[in-house]
Amino acid sequence: MLDQAPKSITPLVQVRGLKMYFPIYSGLLRRHTGDVKAVDGVSFDIMPGETLGLVGESGCGKSTVGRALLRLYEITAGNVVINGTDVATLAPEALRKARPQMQMVFQDPQASLNPRMTLADIIGEPLDEHTDLDSTQKLARIYELMDAVGLNRRFANRFPHEFSGGQRQRIGIARALALNPRFIVCDEPIAALDVSIQAQVVNLLEDLQEKLGLTYLFISHDLSMVRHIADRVAVMYLGRIAELSPRDALYARPLHPYAEALLSAVPEPDPTLARSRQRIILQGDVPSPANPPKGCNFCTRCPKVFDLCRQVKPELVEVEPGRMVACHLYPNTSVAGSTGVFEAKEHNQQGVSQ
Amino acid sequence: MADGAAPVLDVRGLKTVFRTRGGEVHAVNSVSFHLNPGELLGVVGESGSGKSVTMMSLIGLLPSPPADVRAGTVMLGDRDLLKISADELRDVRGAKVGFVFQDPMTSLNPVFTVGNQIMEPLIRHMGMNKKQAEVRAAELLALVGIPDAAARLKSYPHQFSGGMRQRVMIAIALACDPDVLIADEPTTALDVTIQAQILELVKDLRQKLGMAIVWITHDLGVIAGIADRVMVMYGGQVVEQAPVKELFANPQHPYTRALLKTIPSLTGEREARLQVIEGQPPILIGAPTACPFRARCAHAFARCEAENPERRAIDGRAVGQGHDVACHWTAEVAHA
Repeated sequence: MLDQAPKSITPLVQVRGLKMYFPIYSGLLRRHTGDVKAVDGVSFDIMPGETLGLVGESGCGKSTVGRALLRLYEITAGNVVINGTDVATLAPEALRKARPQMQMVFQDPQASLNPRMTLADIIGEPLDEHTDLDSTQKLARIYELMDAVGLNRRFANRFPHEFSGGQRQRIGIARALALNPRFIVCDEPIAALDVSIQAQVVNLLEDLQEKLGLTYLFISHDLSMVRHIADRVAVMYLGRIAELSPRDALYARPLHPYAEALLSAVPEPDPTLARSRQRIILQGDVPSPANPPKGCNFCTRCPKVFDLCRQVKPELVEVEPGRMVACHLYPNTSVAGSTGVFEAKEHNQQGVSQ
Repeated sequence: MADGAAPVLDVRGLKTVFRTRGGEVHAVNSVSFHLNPGELLGVVGESGSGKSVTMMSLIGLLPSPPADVRAGTVMLGDRDLLKISADELRDVRGAKVGFVFQDPMTSLNPVFTVGNQIMEPLIRHMGMNKKQAEVRAAELLALVGIPDAAARLKSYPHQFSGGMRQRVMIAIALACDPDVLIADEPTTALDVTIQAQILELVKDLRQKLGMAIVWITHDLGVIAGIADRVMVMYGGQVVEQAPVKELFANPQHPYTRALLKTIPSLTGEREARLQVIEGQPPILIGAPTACPFRARCAHAFARCEAENPERRAIDGRAVGQGHDVACHWTAEVAHA
């Protein structure tokens, strides 16, 4: 099991060996010459009512995981079981029926709202698609949703450009809530907002979670905000999970060298601490996901690298109760010496056996 | 931070207005500040607080119309930048004042090599020939930590990563050995591990070159790590100014206090609920007659509506020298 939670609770979301490759075509004949391995074998569980934080730098594949989970992409390999249904293999019509239970809040509230639709149209569109409410019932539901996210009912006939960034994000949240979902992927929902507005949106998400029993995958690059909102945190690097730990354990004592470096790079708003703290400065840049290094993905920048790291890809295993790490520094990491494909199969079997 | 030394840059009463169809937007309203030799001044504020517009007004980077730099003096050494001709101003930019922008992709020209872009100011402002400029350009690239500098001069911007491009921007800004470097959110577009690299580089360059820097950011964490002194802006005005440790230890303006409380901590106690600043930033149409923060302020009273507060020192020193704040509540209640 991935979690310390009692085994009687089944996870709401189970991801096993998720891979998302984007093909590269090149040359005159546009032959398939390689793949951008945006997500390369990711497995995790999310318990009902839990918030899993997914952090990492740009290009690490965190947003791709979020989108693949809701099958906004046709995934390359792996299973995504949400509320007992394997979303990865559903036929189109069945997938459409399954959509109401899983929704998304996008990063850029400017780009994810249709500028020609009024607020009521935007929030009402999922209701048109998936329910057969009459117009009075629909309007009542729209008002109810607007109240829930703190938008004044008088705004119902306004257009997105008439709202500020924080209010637009509330519209996006109301739309995601329209069909009573159980699971919401929040893809950098506060990254485009000012600091003073970020806190408003995060508090709203927390209130809604408590009231409606929602389960979140909270994708962000803001490590301090993730510490605030998440119960457990997965740290991604170059398409793979480096560490998956309960929040307090991770922030108190990160185990994976990348998680450690990432946390130490976050500037702390405290002048005395900021000047005394020893930072780990990583050298160089993230390698291209089209051509990841052999062995551990992080071996080109890791301050603790040794020979084995350049040969064998470490697997994500439990090194302490509830803490999963993919690093050869931890002795009980299995040295399977496997190829990516073999790993995916293993995860698949695990997923099936549960 | 010697008080005795004459400031390299001294700005007084700067006012910038944008003429729009909806009316005049008072984006910068009577902003005054100075920059001492070798000092790093942090400018903090949210989008629309006027921090970037202030700095762009100084060196004539705003298109006019719609922008109109209406009042104030900007003394760089003994010259007022608002009074000199466009040609003279062009010589100031690049030679005396270096600028690093937020987005390193859009501020580098994609069709010229990086070497070409570093050499341009050297040839224009320093009177170097091409050969000399090339040698100096390679030195500059090495200075900002780009390996194999001489060979990389021939690369184009798209061949560099985001962090590397920002290093190139810094090299260009430093090319003519400016008195003042203005960095406008230089690390905002970068990942945290790359941001940490750039912050280390800037600390290192300050030790080597000793130039004065204005660093604009919305990230209080970045400010805490590198600034000597901080100026907090809100609604086009300076609302508080203090040495960095003083500001974080003893914030006075209700906005500064609230801002420090809204950021969740990475190491401290984890709050059950985040503090919020209710409401929205102000719309700056029309000349300000009241405190810009009054609508969101927990302590606002009648005077805040009636009169825009002036900056007042709270430690007995002159405004701008120690800790000052523009707030009626602080003046009347907290320090009565």
